[in-house]
Amino acid sequence: MNKQFFDNLVSFLRRSHCEFREKATEWTCRTKSREIPTAALLLGVNVTDHDLTFKSLSEVIQNNITPYVASLQAKDCPAIKNLMQKLMGQLMNCCVDVDSSDEEDCAQVSQNRIRCSITSLISWYENITKKTDSETPSRKRTSSRHLQFPPVVVIFKDMESFTTKVLQDFIVISSQHIHELPIILIFGIATSPMIIHSLLPHSISSLLCIELFQSLSCKEHLSTIIDKLLLTTQFAFKLSEKVLQVLINIFLYHDFSVQNFIKGFQLCIVEHFYSQPLSVLCCQLSEAKKRVNSLSHSQCENIRRLPSFRRYVESQESEKQIALLTSDNFLKEAVQKLLEDLHVYHENYVPVLRCLHVFTSSLPKYPLGKQIRELHCACLESRVWETEDYESSLQLARMLNKSDLVTMLQKCVEIFVSSSGKDFDKVVEKLKDFLAQFQKLEGVCQEQEESISSQKELQKKTDLYHLQKTLLELKESRRSKKMTKFEMLRFEVVDFIDSLVRNYLVPADHKTLHEIMYFNTASAVREHLNAAPRIALHTALNNPYCYLKNQASKSDGGSISNKAPDVCIAYKLHLECGRLINLVDWLEAFSTVVTAVEGPNGDAAVSDQVDDVIHARFIRAVSELELLGFIKPSKQKTDHVARLTWGGC
Amino acid sequence: MPNLEHPAYPAATLLRLESLVPCRESQVSMLLSIFGERQQFTFPSIFIYGHTSSGKTYVMQTLLNTLQLPHVFVNCVEHFTSRLLLEEILIQLQNCSSESTPASRVLCDTFNDFVRLFKQAVTSQDLQDQTVYIVLDRAEQLREMEANILPAFLRLQELTDRNVTVVLLSEIVWELFRPSTGCFEPLTLYFPDYSIGHLQKILSNNHPPEYSADFYAAYINILLGVFYMVCRDLKELQHLAALNFSKYCEPVVRGEASERDTRKLWKNIEPHLKKAMQTVYLREISSSQWERLQQDDGDPGQLKGLSAHAHVELPYYSKFLLIAAYLASYNPVRTDKRFFLKHHGKLKKTNFMKKHEKTSNHLLGPKPFPLDRLLAILYSIVDSRVAPTANIFSQISSLVTLQLLSLVGHNDQLDGPRYKCTVSLDFIRAIARTVNFDIIKYLYDFL
Repeated sequence: MNKQFFDNLVSFLRRSHCEFREKATEWTCRTKSREIPTAALLLGVNVTDHDLTFKSLSEVIQNNITPYVASLQAKDCPAIKNLMQKLMGQLMNCCVDVDSSDEEDCAQVSQNRIRCSITSLISWYENITKKTDSETPSRKRTSSRHLQFPPVVVIFKDMESFTTKVLQDFIVISSQHIHELPIILIFGIATSPMIIHSLLPHSISSLLCIELFQSLSCKEHLSTIIDKLLLTTQFAFKLSEKVLQVLINIFLYHDFSVQNFIKGFQLCIVEHFYSQPLSVLCCQLSEAKKRVNSLSHSQCENIRRLPSFRRYVESQESEKQIALLTSDNFLKEAVQKLLEDLHVYHENYVPVLRCLHVFTSSLPKYPLGKQIRELHCACLESRVWETEDYESSLQLARMLNKSDLVTMLQKCVEIFVSSSGKDFDKVVEKLKDFLAQFQKLEGVCQEQEESISSQKELQKKTDLYHLQKTLLELKESRRSKKMTKFEMLRFEVVDFIDSLVRNYLVPADHKTLHEIMYFNTASAVREHLNAAPRIALHTALNNPYCYLKNQASKSDGGSISNKAPDVCIAYKLHLECGRLINLVDWLEAFSTVVTAVEGPNGDAAVSDQVDDVIHARFIRAVSELELLGFIKPSKQKTDHVARLTWGGC
Repeated sequence: MPNLEHPAYPAATLLRLESLVPCRESQVSMLLSIFGERQQFTFPSIFIYGHTSSGKTYVMQTLLNTLQLPHVFVNCVEHFTSRLLLEEILIQLQNCSSESTPASRVLCDTFNDFVRLFKQAVTSQDLQDQTVYIVLDRAEQLREMEANILPAFLRLQELTDRNVTVVLLSEIVWELFRPSTGCFEPLTLYFPDYSIGHLQKILSNNHPPEYSADFYAAYINILLGVFYMVCRDLKELQHLAALNFSKYCEPVVRGEASERDTRKLWKNIEPHLKKAMQTVYLREISSSQWERLQQDDGDPGQLKGLSAHAHVELPYYSKFLLIAAYLASYNPVRTDKRFFLKHHGKLKKTNFMKKHEKTSNHLLGPKPFPLDRLLAILYSIVDSRVAPTANIFSQISSLVTLQLLSLVGHNDQLDGPRYKCTVSLDFIRAIARTVNFDIIKYLYDFL
């Protein structure tokens, strides 16, 4: 399942770069001047996704343009020397890869690596191109795929992080040798192309011939993925509204990273199959039916325990109830039927949802959201037709003009025709019927206009009193005439859509056995994906019972118990202090807390002289806190430490 | 300026040389008189400086090539370590007289080795009785190599005891080179910038063969009229001239104007050149795009330049983080209470303004702030509750890698890191507008 999923993504990436590649090929041919052709790729701020993008990009380039691609990262290239080393390493490796038969070549490569300069790079390039020229005809096939003199593509993955000096030097060097070594640069830019100007002075940027390419925004990327993963019947696994919301929120609020979204989705899959014993049934329908037959007794019991199934049982007649609850075989049959229902529901759900989206996405102010994912969430959350937004959007839909309406209806027809649902034949017919009626209306409208104009002519001849009267009448009639044929039809269409929605967009958790398909524990996902280290640390130190499960350390409200670990005591005491903490005061407070219960026997001894053991424990606790980053030694005052946090949270 | 004269070289070569280096006759004759005859010893080191594209490299190269003096030409940027540099010199030296023999691998790690190998090379190449010139282009890079390289090159003649002259080419003055330990002072030569007349002469020199020299000169005249104010770089001007010439010729090709009709041609080209100044010259759009544009005769408005894409899309909380960072950078700490507490009382700006704070904070630039202040401001400007999750912290560091924030001071993350916000006011206003946050209201400077 995951594999399919990754295939989807890669194919998507490829598509998004298709455009770029076309441009790149035509523009590699024009490397004649001294300027280095440069592509500035605007990739958006989701840095985590870039790796995949670059990987597929270099693959594409390797397949279509040139075998010589090197991609450099800023962290590998602190100086020009490292950059050249890295570059040569990558280029020569990929050349070895191309003609791996030449053993002597490999030996040469390792020898060459000692001398990393542009001259050796050039001589290497000359060797390579000479070799491809004199190659046997059998090899021609491979070389014809590339250009005569394949350019060397150098990708700078993260332009922002490169130091200016390295970049400048590299550009100067390569521009000096552009005739011997056709080099092409690709800059991966996360922010804005202004960075080129701020990184490179004019004298350097004048050596470049920069063209800008913008990749798809990550939001579009996400909607494609949601479209392909969630809004299909291909995959049995579904996300419930809350989980999807959590994932989307992380995406929109935090990182814009499609990669992370996918990871989150994978986590959901793992979690679902791990925690839900009935997830065995979460597969294609035919497969699921087979599996239902082989369910054991305990698994059947599991099904009976599902809340949605209980609801279903309660709604049945009493005989059937007993049968369902006692006979495994009967249960299995019922489950098979229910699963089929669920499958049909999914099949119907998606096209209707898309259809509704067609309508709502063109309304002003987007009461139900602009993106289909928002609509999807709304539909999963509750009965969408009961919400206010739905009401208002219907109202707006009733005011649409004709051409919009017709195009929408046409789109809907397309959606339904392309979908696999069985009972949509009627729907399609009905929609086509509507369309036909609209076309008829056009003729009718013209007639109506004519009659109105004749009315107007009449008006001119009457006197003032009559005019008033006719005007009033006209007003009246206009109010009543609101229901022209077109408007009637419009109402009908909207009502029809409404009925579709009511029929098919029932939220999933109203369906029996939805627990099998839908992953629902949003809290687990949130915990895993949106970790809160500070809060966790605070809870651990403030309330050690939470993690230690030790009865003795169970705290009771605000007071500090002496049973808690030393760190916790020190931590709680330090919370009460200001920015600078006096170590002596702290130690005293610590020792009082620790010795609080043992009071009667050692009271006198402790009061003036702190026990060595307690002293040692204190020092250890303090150094542990320092290690955790709560305090640091201060130079402002002797015997004081500085707090680094302002509230532990 | 008299023609170049030198007893050692034939007059024909000198004439050719003169035609190749227009407007640099005085410098060339100076150099020639310094060099003297082939076998004569000259200055051990010569330092030539001048502004970008004042013809230093070109003059040296043509001079040495046309007179066929044995020389080595090395770019110090290209050979970024001393070892690469020295090896390159030796390889070139081996190749310089006998072209056919392939260079054997030379290993040269220290300057001591270099001196020894250099002597060998000179003897093997039969160059004892000629001056060997070693030209080091972009010599400012030498300062970043080992400390002994520069002084040693300056007195290479003395060290090797051979007839050798080192020529250093640089864009900066000799005073910036002089090492603290002192060294042999080279003879310094200054190449002045080309004047507008010089530029005109040089640019008109290489006119395309289809058109007459006068026609091209008129074109160059117009071009210089537009660009001379902003750009005196010869290379850049050449580039621009080549780019825009086809447009200039258009009326002539179409037959609407003759080559003499300068006024009409000027009218045609002038707005075009101005547009070019705003786009191509600044590399807002690339030259190839520009050419394509000329062919299509389209409107450049549809082709957006690099700066047009200034908008950056950020995740929701990153936007607020950036806004918070901006506020923390440009507001004094004391004013946080006034901006972010509900009941701050009525503090007037003049009441708590100290004298030195009268200058705008925006003129002083961003100030560093600790992480905790950033988070505190973040919590108060975001409407909903924000949990301090790992995601928030990782966003801060990703903003640093995007160079929207920068980390100040030591790199110890545990020790209360301090940041600076590096974005501009316009940028932050655009960001704030997308999240409906009125940032001006929160900025101390705009109270």
